[in-house]
Amino acid sequence: MPLTTRRHLLSATALVAFSSSALARSVSGRLPWSPNEAYPPEIVRPGGWLFLRPEEVATLDAIVSRLIPADDLSPSGKDAGCTVFIDRQLAGPWGSYDWYYMQGPFAEKPLPQQGIQSPLTPQQQYRKGLAALSTHCRDAFGGKTFDQLAAEDQDKLLTAMEKGEVQLPGLTAPQLTTTMLFNLILQNTMEGFFADPIYGGNKDMVGWKLINFPGTRYDFRDVLANPGKPYTKPPVSILGRPDWNGKPA
Amino acid sequence: MSRLPKKDVVIVGLGWTGSIMAHELAMAGLDVVAIERGPWRDTATDYNIGTAPDELRYAVRQDIFLRPAQDTQTARNSLDQVALPIRKYGSYLPGNGVGGAGVHWNGHTWRFFPSDFNLRSHYIERYGKDIIPENCTVQDWPVSYDELEPHYDFFEKVCGISGKAGNIKGVIQPGGNPFEGWRSDEYPTKPLKPNLSQTMFAKAATELGMHPFPLPSGNISEAYTNPYGVRMAPCTYCGFCEWFGCANYSKASPQACVLPALMRQSNFEARTLCEVTKINTTPDGKMATGVTYVDADGREWEQPAELVLLCAYAIFNVRLLMLSNIGTQYDPVSNTGTLGRNYAYQTNAGSVGYFSKDVNFNPFAGAGSLGMMADDFNGDNFDHTGLGFIGGANINCTTTNGRPISNRPVPPGTPRWGAEWKKATADTYGHVQSVGTQGSSMAYRDVYLDLDPTYKDRLGRPLMRMTFDFKENDLKMSRYVVDQTAKIARAMGANHVSVNYKKGPWSVVPYQTTHNTGGAVMSSTPQDGVVNRYTQHWDVPNLFVSGACLFPQNAGYNPTGTVGALTYWALDAIKNKYLKNPGQALVQA
Repeated sequence: MPLTTRRHLLSATALVAFSSSALARSVSGRLPWSPNEAYPPEIVRPGGWLFLRPEEVATLDAIVSRLIPADDLSPSGKDAGCTVFIDRQLAGPWGSYDWYYMQGPFAEKPLPQQGIQSPLTPQQQYRKGLAALSTHCRDAFGGKTFDQLAAEDQDKLLTAMEKGEVQLPGLTAPQLTTTMLFNLILQNTMEGFFADPIYGGNKDMVGWKLINFPGTRYDFRDVLANPGKPYTKPPVSILGRPDWNGKPA
Repeated sequence: MSRLPKKDVVIVGLGWTGSIMAHELAMAGLDVVAIERGPWRDTATDYNIGTAPDELRYAVRQDIFLRPAQDTQTARNSLDQVALPIRKYGSYLPGNGVGGAGVHWNGHTWRFFPSDFNLRSHYIERYGKDIIPENCTVQDWPVSYDELEPHYDFFEKVCGISGKAGNIKGVIQPGGNPFEGWRSDEYPTKPLKPNLSQTMFAKAATELGMHPFPLPSGNISEAYTNPYGVRMAPCTYCGFCEWFGCANYSKASPQACVLPALMRQSNFEARTLCEVTKINTTPDGKMATGVTYVDADGREWEQPAELVLLCAYAIFNVRLLMLSNIGTQYDPVSNTGTLGRNYAYQTNAGSVGYFSKDVNFNPFAGAGSLGMMADDFNGDNFDHTGLGFIGGANINCTTTNGRPISNRPVPPGTPRWGAEWKKATADTYGHVQSVGTQGSSMAYRDVYLDLDPTYKDRLGRPLMRMTFDFKENDLKMSRYVVDQTAKIARAMGANHVSVNYKKGPWSVVPYQTTHNTGGAVMSSTPQDGVVNRYTQHWDVPNLFVSGACLFPQNAGYNPTGTVGALTYWALDAIKNKYLKNPGQALVQA
């Protein structure tokens, strides 16, 4: 694996700048360059869950498939890998807000323009929020879980969460409201659908094909030579393209 | 604490200004050390072409930016609010590591107008003193455009800026910006190629009587060798520019333009992952003796030096002065002190045009500075009589990217999810073009920087507190220019135009711009600012300050061109005046 100590050093720079792995150094007389040194992201492989529990996976599979339903334009959020993406993001540094400022005191009545002021990390928000959704569904739908609801009822409930018309039990401002939970899941679902497939979502670049985004080609001088002409080349990801690996595009 | 051998020069921060200062002073034979709190970064390893185009990692999770866990600010809109920490950077994104924000900028490289440098007296002379709003603390710069012109020119040559001159030695040039200050020379490289939207904008703006011209770009159009002998390559319009490092050596940055030459000099040393905690002074506070820093293992070091250059990002320069007790903290109530005074930002807004499906903008084929501009409503290029505001904004039509996590527009009123959202997304992507404005931000008595009374960084030092809001003068200016953008978008043939005026209160959440200015402004007298016209501290003559913190107020332009020009202006004074008589004030207070 190319995960050299310097990669760890870089990713750890801000947060644990004082751990022994993050070594200060002196550079003089040359550019400190070593061959074959680069810092690719770790490739997400589907299979197993790093953070989510089985009942949370079932709920999220159902949610992401309503946020991005399967139709002629694309597969569903679930089939695009959005739940896998969310699981791996929650298991990484973002899931515990490692890079954010998380020192107290946490204000009881922050202003909306002051941004995130909750002490809860995404891991805690998902765990608490999905449990509250589960309790709500059990009470409101005769013991059913979210994924057991009809698609129409799922949409109605999601709409109510988005608009703050339903209050899931135990969710309160400023830590986590029902709308905050909805917005977090929506944001992460869209990230998964449109991020590079290396992170576990956007399987087969379905999100990019939806809008004809060509991905990581990095050289579009051909487009600038023909402004306004529809672009027809298929997308490329950090991992390349399926047909480069002997699979159909 | 361990005391290190004395150096001629210690530089705090190794971004644009730090690397330029280091290179020029090392070439002049001085023994120079730069202390940088982030990691070493270089193109081949950190912005490798195989991994650089990663929207999630860089633009969304903010991998290369300063992390708030290391340092952040608290924010409030007014004196009666309680400031709270910016827990996730949003409105602006400070850089981190070698290269600083010069790594991830868009590359818009402007010169301010000559009248920006004598802003207050210019407006009063033309319109009378009543045009200056109440509690607006704008002031003239202590340096003129004519004095800075050669330094603008050299910075543009170091960067290889692509553009078309509009005024060479007073002669207006076709195709350039007729409103710009005189230039001694053409741009180093020709303009970038326009995409469809730039061509449509140029036609529409011309029909409306405006004067379109290509955006002066730090993403360069052709192969180029700069005055330091460093070679750059042509931009490939990859669409991963702002918030990313450039893998092509095409975007002007310390890495692409300065470091390869700087690092050859054996009398220069960079120390990375070392954070300066204090500028040390003599007991009487009249001379700097060096800096104290902590390394990544938490060990504390003292680095003595003859000359201290403060070259971190604007707000961090201001904070380090505060933490070092150098200068007098500004107090908006008593209206005393200068440090933290005249903080300003930028007033950006615009219109969005939605076009037919047969209009293919191909937004993914873009560059940070690929754009057409019009300056007809910037600065004082238009008559302000009766308008009720000072200042202006540039008008821009740029194609920077089509990265889909953040940039997939849908018509107003479209649901945010579900089948209807998906269809609208597929139908709209690639057929939308914004016409934006980048507006000036004036200085006001109750907009300022100081140290927060409650929140601390990981070393236990107070965070900086930012008290800022958009004021009516700037909002009125912005509305006026945004109305012009809507006219252009309609003239370009948009089926629908959304007009998005700037509104308060200022929020830390959505990205607006990393153009934080002021707080350690340069001034004609010690009563009006922190440093003199040569960027030398009024109280401590062997301390010089760089960056946009020097601006008395912000213009309708990105700051980097002016930051670069000020750096070479200061270097000229350091090399040719200060070093001949070290330790002396260059301007008598």
